[in-house]
Amino acid sequence: MSEDPRLTALVSAAGTLFRDQALDAVRAWKARTGGLAVGFLPIYVPRELLHAQGVLPVGLMGGRPDLEIIKGDAYYQSYICHLPRSTIELGLNGSYAALDGLIFPAICDVIRNLSGMWQMLFPHVLVHYFDVPQNFDPGIGGAFYRRDLEALATALAERGARPLTAEALRESIALYNENRRLVRELYALRRREPWKVPTHELYVVLRAALLMPVEESTPMFAGYLALTSADESRRPQDQARVLVAGSFCEQPPLALIKTLERSGCYIVDDDFVQVHRFIRSDIPVDGDPLQRLVDALLTDAVASPTRYIAGGVKGADLEQRLAESSAEGVLFCAPSFCDPALLDQPMAVRAAERAGAPWTAFKYAENSGQFQVIREQAGTFADSIKLWSNA
Amino acid sequence: MSPAPTAAAPARKDDSQVRQKAMIARHFDRLAAAPETGARTAYTFVPGNLTELLLSFDVLPVLPEINALQSAMRGKTAEYIAIAEKHGHSEDVCTYVKSDIGMMKSGNIGPTGQRLPSPDLLLLSYTGCFTFMKWFELLREEYHCPVAMLHVPYQADGRITDAMRTYVVDQLKQVVIPKLEEVTGRKYDEDRLREHLARSAQAEDDLVWVLQSAKNVPSPIDAYFGAVYYVGPIFSAFRGTTDAVDYYRELREEIAERIRQGKGPVTPEGEVERERFRVVVEGPPNWTSFRQFWKMFADEGAVAVASTYSKVGGVYDLGFRHDPDHPLETLADYCLGCYTNLSLPTRIDLLTRYVSEYRADGFLINSVKSCNSFSAGQLHILREVEARSGRPGGFIESDLVDPRYFSAANIKNRLESYFQMIEQKRPGVAS
Ligand code: SF4
Ligand code: SF4
Repeated sequence: MSEDPRLTALVSAAGTLFRDQALDAVRAWKARTGGLAVGFLPIYVPRELLHAQGVLPVGLMGGRPDLEIIKGDAYYQSYICHLPRSTIELGLNGSYAALDGLIFPAICDVIRNLSGMWQMLFPHVLVHYFDVPQNFDPGIGGAFYRRDLEALATALAERGARPLTAEALRESIALYNENRRLVRELYALRRREPWKVPTHELYVVLRAALLMPVEESTPMFAGYLALTSADESRRPQDQARVLVAGSFCEQPPLALIKTLERSGCYIVDDDFVQVHRFIRSDIPVDGDPLQRLVDALLTDAVASPTRYIAGGVKGADLEQRLAESSAEGVLFCAPSFCDPALLDQPMAVRAAERAGAPWTAFKYAENSGQFQVIREQAGTFADSIKLWSNA
Repeated sequence: MSPAPTAAAPARKDDSQVRQKAMIARHFDRLAAAPETGARTAYTFVPGNLTELLLSFDVLPVLPEINALQSAMRGKTAEYIAIAEKHGHSEDVCTYVKSDIGMMKSGNIGPTGQRLPSPDLLLLSYTGCFTFMKWFELLREEYHCPVAMLHVPYQADGRITDAMRTYVVDQLKQVVIPKLEEVTGRKYDEDRLREHLARSAQAEDDLVWVLQSAKNVPSPIDAYFGAVYYVGPIFSAFRGTTDAVDYYRELREEIAERIRQGKGPVTPEGEVERERFRVVVEGPPNWTSFRQFWKMFADEGAVAVASTYSKVGGVYDLGFRHDPDHPLETLADYCLGCYTNLSLPTRIDLLTRYVSEYRADGFLINSVKSCNSFSAGQLHILREVEARSGRPGGFIESDLVDPRYFSAANIKNRLESYFQMIEQKRPGVAS
């Protein structure tokens, strides 16, 4: 039985967007709508707010392995992760020329300093450092965050975006709820039947959505979900179920994801392209919508290493995800030199051990080209899991 | 990131140094005795610390960064880092954290050879580095003690907004102070806090005078290596104490005397007889080879006339002083104003200004592998400051406390070429 050609076409179209490093799709959208486009760095910004002001939020995830870094390397020492240098490269080579602004979320010292570099290198674009609170009390961190959202809305309006209204924000929240719901369903389907949703494919679909307006990414997700769940040509194989943890900002090369799958792993949960799942459930559409956005971050965000996790047990969420996904092991997979991911890892490892899950760890860079070692490591890991689960 | 008191202090001891050594010894005695005396201790950080507030509750601060750098000066960090790496810590991350964890796993013996008490509170009050957050999450797993988190927003646009200040003050009132009350069983005493803050301001005046004395030619101080000792008390457990006030008064008098005598700075190898190069330095020093590093400068007659590292615990020379009349707001402004909380453009402005105000021949960046907070963006800083100041910039690489990343021959070579370049670019020297 062969694959539904509509599924093949959808994945191929997503692949084209995934490879669109020069943001041609964004240029086309701007020409069509006359709206502003604003880029954001990993891992989370409230895209609802931008959308409500008629702005296209564009997710920037660094460079692909084939991006030749000519200038970016002159900006960063060898012991700094790869993402900022590819981001600078893409800025300097004109790939981001379609963007009216960039948002730098507060996730690490590298991104923080990069925001200042951007201010100096591209003085004509809006640069907004998005300082998410690490205090999750509504009256303290919530109040601060609300002011930050208001400042962002004002800055966008000053650049020519529509002023923010409660009504528009409510509508945007509803649209993104639907969008997130479909992503959750895709993740749920993959947990149940990972052969239906190969991760290298899901990943490309999620990445493509970063360059699309939500009005287009939602039908894409829905179409992919419907087509892949109906596709009987996709049959289960004897693979180990693994959770891939820790890659949340600088993304792994697609070939690395493929390598993991080819080495015998079904990825049944992961941290890729987190912006789609950073808020875990629907955001209510009643009441004050700005406050709803604030509350969502305070109470319903994933336990990312970039957040201060107060109280409770560090890694509890990982244990929960392991249980929910019935993963048989964890692949800790972090970008080289990434402080948040790597400093979190010993605690995450302990959590995996508490849950009785075997684990292995390796590092990557977005431009890694050689996967032989990882292939062997992941293959051995998958084999040992299968052996162990059959014992 | 933090300054280092004691250890390898210059060979000839001034009175101020003797005083500082005694202050530190007393502090560590108190810490060692804490399990018997019942004194409460809080582990906390250097940039953005709340020493006055802790002292107002009679809580003794322990600063893991300082312990890490002291361990480096005592040659212990290779072993500590290896222990942390054996426990699953990556070779890529900040070596202060690994050194601290290794030290803890080896019995928590502090810089004076005495055992440090376990914390009664982890006070996660920090500025300008996300690593701190992870560090205390890691320690919390070991110590199971209460944690108070003070999140300090970043000055991304080069200014402190009311929203930032309010956020910090709200946290002080609603998170940090209640936690201190809970841990100590005492009520918050604002009058006591004010007294400490007034003493801080007094010491800060004298510190700024000392740091700015480097505007003299020749400079009576080294504002990078030497300044590490000068900023020790004010950036650590002593700000707000009479000890600190006395120390800085004495230090100021000593420096005033050096100026009167037209003397250069004291180094571990003796006095700099002839000031050949005046440089501004960006980035922290290397602690594992601190004296050797310093000597490379001193041998060339190179004097650091200003540094950003001596501002990690507060950029006082821009005018900030702790203000007893607005106790919580001033603590907020202090936290928000530490060097690594400043945006990159602000850091560039500051360095450019130092080069001109301190009549420097150039500026040098020591980029440390451990610290993204300092290092990410330094090559951009180099280019910009060079362009704006018209003075040559130098760039060397090392680490804070990991001896594997200090290549003496390489650094010496680079420094020598850099000083040669300055020489060639001096006005009047034909190229
Ligand atoms: S990969 Fe890690 S260190 Fe690099 S920018 Fe992202 S979060 Fe920061
Ligand atoms: S990253 Fe830098 S500022 Fe942060 S703890 Fe390490 S050395 Fe200090």
